[in-house]
Amino acid sequence: MEYKNYPETHEIELQLNGTSQKLTISPWTTLLDALREYFQLTGTKKGCDHGQCGACTVLVDGKAINSCLSLAMMQQGKKITTVEGLAQGENLHPVQQAFIEHDAFQCGYCTPGQICSTVGLLNMKKGNTPEEIRDLMSGNICRCGAYANIFKAVEEMVQKEVSGTP
Amino acid sequence: MKVLNNITGVATTRVDGRKKVTGTAPYTAEFNPANLVHGYIVNSTISTGTITKIDTTKALDVAGVREVFTHENAPLSVKINADYSDPMAPPGSPFRPLYNDQILYNGQPIAMVVADTFETARYAAGLIEVAYNTSGKSTTNIKDNLDRAFTDDDLPDPPKPRGNAKKAYQESEIKIEAAYLQPREYHNPMEPFATVAQWDADEERFLIYDKIQGVASSQGYIAGIFNMEKEKVRVLSEFVGGGFGSGLRPQYQLFFAAMAAKVLNLPVKVVMTRKQMFSFGHRPACFQEFKLSTDKNGKLTSIQHKAYGETSQFEKYTETIVDWSGLMYACENVELNYKLVPLDVYTPNDMRAPGGTTGMYGLECAMDELAVKAGIDPLELRLINYAEKDQNEGKPFSSKELKACYSRAAEKFGWKNRKAEPRSHKEGHTLIGYGMATGVWEALQQKASAKAIFTAEGHLTVSAATADIGTGTYTVMAQIAAETVGLPLEHVTFKLGDSTLPKSPIEGGSWTVSSVGSAVKMVCVSLREKIYARAQETHPELFAESMIEDARFEKGELSIRDGRAVSFMEILNADERKSIETSVNSEPAENRDNYSCYTHSCVMVEVHVDEDLGMIRVPRVVNAIAGGKIINPKTAESQILGGVTWGIGMAIEEEGMMDDREGRIMNANLAEYHMPINADVQEIDVIFVEEKDEIVNPLGAKGLGEIGMVGTAAAIANAVYNATGKRIRELPITLDKLL
Ligand code: FES
Ligand code: FES
Repeated sequence: MEYKNYPETHEIELQLNGTSQKLTISPWTTLLDALREYFQLTGTKKGCDHGQCGACTVLVDGKAINSCLSLAMMQQGKKITTVEGLAQGENLHPVQQAFIEHDAFQCGYCTPGQICSTVGLLNMKKGNTPEEIRDLMSGNICRCGAYANIFKAVEEMVQKEVSGTP
Repeated sequence: MKVLNNITGVATTRVDGRKKVTGTAPYTAEFNPANLVHGYIVNSTISTGTITKIDTTKALDVAGVREVFTHENAPLSVKINADYSDPMAPPGSPFRPLYNDQILYNGQPIAMVVADTFETARYAAGLIEVAYNTSGKSTTNIKDNLDRAFTDDDLPDPPKPRGNAKKAYQESEIKIEAAYLQPREYHNPMEPFATVAQWDADEERFLIYDKIQGVASSQGYIAGIFNMEKEKVRVLSEFVGGGFGSGLRPQYQLFFAAMAAKVLNLPVKVVMTRKQMFSFGHRPACFQEFKLSTDKNGKLTSIQHKAYGETSQFEKYTETIVDWSGLMYACENVELNYKLVPLDVYTPNDMRAPGGTTGMYGLECAMDELAVKAGIDPLELRLINYAEKDQNEGKPFSSKELKACYSRAAEKFGWKNRKAEPRSHKEGHTLIGYGMATGVWEALQQKASAKAIFTAEGHLTVSAATADIGTGTYTVMAQIAAETVGLPLEHVTFKLGDSTLPKSPIEGGSWTVSSVGSAVKMVCVSLREKIYARAQETHPELFAESMIEDARFEKGELSIRDGRAVSFMEILNADERKSIETSVNSEPAENRDNYSCYTHSCVMVEVHVDEDLGMIRVPRVVNAIAGGKIINPKTAESQILGGVTWGIGMAIEEEGMMDDREGRIMNANLAEYHMPINADVQEIDVIFVEEKDEIVNPLGAKGLGEIGMVGTAAAIANAVYNATGKRIRELPITLDKLL
């Protein structure tokens, strides 16, 4: 068998934050690297690249996923929302505002992932008990230890029945 | 001169909050200059020996690979110069990447592929073939190597013995002896270490984006290795995704990125993998032995504390572990010892509350054991032995509201409801335990500089080459500046993370507010004087006769006694020079030396232990802190919440597990190295007790980055004993140890 030392590239098309974008890319590129390195959407973070930290969380068709565990090619035709796509112009998404008010972050590196997970949680209409909020937010590690305030931000959103969407 | 605006002391949301929640705060790896290439580092798989062969042919064959760097082709220039030290390097000879074929520890970086894309570099890195000659067994276990412990002139001496601790111990009837073991811990900030390096061949300059807790650290390191003037190395680090001490010293990706950028004359980005985040400095494993005794009234009669800390074979890393035992409690007979055990590991590095969280974990567990032995309430035992003076140095404290911490915490927590008898508080299958501990951390101040520019548009920019690793530096400095000058917060910007800005200490040791904050205050006082002097020229009718002492600076206006006022902007615009600029260097006041400056705390926790399964939960923590003036209660509380969370991790989760045969860490990933997650943290009450301190620094603020952690692990361990009757003297306290 012929030894191929570099995979071929293909053109793909992604629906990113409401706009359709084309890219020529190798199949081995993860959605996370595509966002950060090719589309310069660096709001989505890489913390582990192994599905263990949640820093790379984005919304695909309204559902929170770890973008490091998905190849960019697999996401064609789906609606991808990153943290950059949450605010409406100058108006922050209520979850973003709640994170600021509750000081639900310190260094801010896990924050886009935490926010996307919160939106995903609201979309699922989950988080109806404190345990459920803590459980469902446990896929996002915050090494700064902002959990107590993240919890408060999410709880406020659930109580106010804020809609997640994007 | 009066300041009426209350901006400090008021809970204020972060000035960089919007950037952080919208994903627009740029962290190091997010700079993508044109023609950027990507580096991927390969690490050794043995711990001691030599590389006999390193074959890069297949990797070089991959389309898109630019170069593979190994010790065989690393530029000679970086080897002959050989000054690889950095400002925070401990005594010894710092590790030099790609310097020769020697392997000093498992996980040592030995090669780097540079390619057009990250994916290609990563793929090609897997094609490099390395052969080693392993030299004997690796030694990585501290407990097994205590016989190799040493002390020498490079190690700071612990405080001198006082009285005769051995004799007093022997003569006492109430005494305990206990030893505690703590594993390696890894910082693991969420943002991996990263560097984007650019070399300007014409000007022979570097422009480097680096993840670091102080740009001067990276700058000094690179200037040393490449034999350059510091001014030719500009380092930027505006947003840092957590540090916790890991960024006090530059990490190896900086060397690789800079070297490759210079050799290839291309911008190079190198980002560590999560696994590589376990391949450098860490909190050292530590073994501690205690002997404590009291008289029948609970008065301490002796303290003996011996600690063994791990270091590498090439540097002597030390921590302050035993000194706290001499400081904290009134006791006439004290003996302290500290030794290092050299192991085949990378040199440990300061990690949140270095030394303090370790030493106080031991001391406060031992105090709990003593309380049980003496039949005295643990809180009472602390109060009986309360130290009104620094017991090591005999100096008064600049302030010490620890008693208030004890009483406020006890009241909030409901300490009086604690049942002294272990296993006596039970709900269903849940054993409930209460535990407490004291916390302490140094309130240090370093030299720092700052600059202020006030423009005719009414905007004030204050700057210093410090960092914001999530601590809130941007916000707190802007608050101090706004209040001092008399401007709304929105009119002030604080700049940091650029080596061209005024010199500042590295962000660590909880001293940023104290050091940089003092410089910011000073520069703003100087600015006020300049505004006033300018006003006397531009508005003589108002200010010629008046004195600055009678003037008010508030809401962007300068006013005098009779109420007449002029806005700063008017003053600035009335003169063709327009803006005003000023700089200062600040340093600790001399009289500070006559006092001991410390932050104190009392931590109380409730634990729930599943009687059958040994599962431990921490539903409630109360932490009362005496930290001087709190500049921003909001970010201050976050610091403590983070510290407590770290204490939970230290007590029941974190452990770098080593395969001692290979000297390789086995759980180098975030699934198996357990750190606290959301479900591990429940109620945490933070109380800041009032504490006035006019000595510690001009702000009266002490710094809060570490104190929240100190004592927390001990309080949890003590609560676990109270719940179960089991003393687990080896961290983390996992369920297997309880069953
Ligand atoms: S980067 Fe995807 S889960 Fe950590
Ligand atoms: S805010 Fe720093 S990791 Fe969460």
